[in-house]
Amino acid sequence: MKAQINDPAGFPRLALSLLAVLLLWPGLNLSELDLKVLVTGDSARTIGKFIAGFWPPAYNSDFVALLYKSTLETLAIATAGMALALLIAIPGALLATRAISLSALSRGGRPVWWAQLLRWPVRIALIGLRSVPEIVWALLFVRAVGLGPTAGVLAIAITYSGMLGKVYAEIFESVDIRPTHALLEAGSSRLAAFAYGILPNAAEELVSYTVYRWECAIRASVVMGFVGAGGLGQQMDLSLRMFAGGEVASLLLTFLLLVLLADVLSRLLRGRLA
Amino acid sequence: MILQLSGVSLSHASGIEALKHIDLTIEAGERVAIIGPSGAGKTTLLRVLATRLQPGAGLVELLDAKPWTLSARARQKLRARIGMIHQAPPLPPRQRVVTAVSAGRLGQWSFLKGMLNLCYALDAAGVREELARLDIADKLFVRCDELSGGQLQRVGIARVLYQAPELILADEPVSAMDPTLAGHTLEVLNQEARQRGTTVLASLHAVDLALTHFERVIGMRDGRIAFDLKPSEVSSEQLTALYANEQLLHDSDPVALAKPHIKPFPECG
Repeated sequence: MKAQINDPAGFPRLALSLLAVLLLWPGLNLSELDLKVLVTGDSARTIGKFIAGFWPPAYNSDFVALLYKSTLETLAIATAGMALALLIAIPGALLATRAISLSALSRGGRPVWWAQLLRWPVRIALIGLRSVPEIVWALLFVRAVGLGPTAGVLAIAITYSGMLGKVYAEIFESVDIRPTHALLEAGSSRLAAFAYGILPNAAEELVSYTVYRWECAIRASVVMGFVGAGGLGQQMDLSLRMFAGGEVASLLLTFLLLVLLADVLSRLLRGRLA
Repeated sequence: MILQLSGVSLSHASGIEALKHIDLTIEAGERVAIIGPSGAGKTTLLRVLATRLQPGAGLVELLDAKPWTLSARARQKLRARIGMIHQAPPLPPRQRVVTAVSAGRLGQWSFLKGMLNLCYALDAAGVREELARLDIADKLFVRCDELSGGQLQRVGIARVLYQAPELILADEPVSAMDPTLAGHTLEVLNQEARQRGTTVLASLHAVDLALTHFERVIGMRDGRIAFDLKPSEVSSEQLTALYANEQLLHDSDPVALAKPHIKPFPECG
């Protein structure tokens, strides 16, 4: 006779699933999600008319020139914002990560308490940077430095430095620590041990995440365009206000191309590193 | 004297007492093998000597310094003079052999030189020379994940030779090689050490290699030093006692007992 063996992980899994449903259900109600309004009565007809106006996309030379300029502006906002963000994120991540702790080397991977304590201010700074959405920063900077791309660049730099710093620090901690420890054990400095021990293992993930964030920055700069921070977003705002469906369609197609471009770029870079 | 342990004890976080009151002195230029059953504390001892573990009690002296009274910076300087050969060399899979080996000198190079070397191998000739000693010069620009276990171990040895430390610690340095290659590799390691005046302390699970390639053999068991002799003085009774496995003795019947459950011992004496 075989004795029944119960999987000990069974109950915790069931409990966690139930807990997830219990937490999500009030969320659905609180957000007042009501899909019915999409298909009932007037709203369906309004949406239909609006979408019908999208065809054909605008392609007259004046608009294409404008589109080209706005696209370049959007790309510039996203790239400059990311570059500024990296200037803060990389030192922040190196300060916040436990992966290159020297005290952890002789303590089985756990840094001493005061070194951990010193990492907290950096972590809190990174949390502070990313806790305010970029659109709020953009509204603030539009008032401070006036309408135009500068506000968008600064807003992206601030929010994204917090996000990149946090995720970089976690990527550093997620790769195999043994190469780094072996180098520290041979007297290497912490930064050199990072470059030789962590970077080769983390490079692919770092590049993938950075390019994805750049893609997000492109989208964010579009959204911020609506509040006057330049680029495709500002153009989109104008076209929407003028009910120029064809122009909106062209703008949306441009977004599609940009995201596609980011995807191809990520794939190329990862292929180079793999 | 290049290293001295007096009354060194160490307990792991799990509560296991890995080292019990170890006294050990090794003079400069000595080449010493450590043998003993699994869990005897060989790796822990090497890690204490590599300043990877701080002992709970006792005194450690390495290269005329007390590592645990030094500042962190001075301890890193001391660590640059000690080379550790790992059983499974911890090399990033995507790193090229030339980079992995030259990383042995990071403790001696400036940060800038280290970064430059990451972009362009500055001393490929020097690295190739160390690889050539171990017959893997052709792997210079190959990625580490394309190597076999034995080749990887030899890259690890080449890194330590390139580091050119005063003390080489080796944790099962040839465990992934076939007996002939293992013997040859130890031969090369010892010859280099002799020429450079480097002290070598290696743990080995193959008793015959320890007895043929080293001039002093330390037997460890249960965190203590069981014997510390010249190879010619080690008797087969001492080896049997060193490797006697109580767990297996209790569980097995007399017939199974008669069979050796460890590697057959070589002729000793």
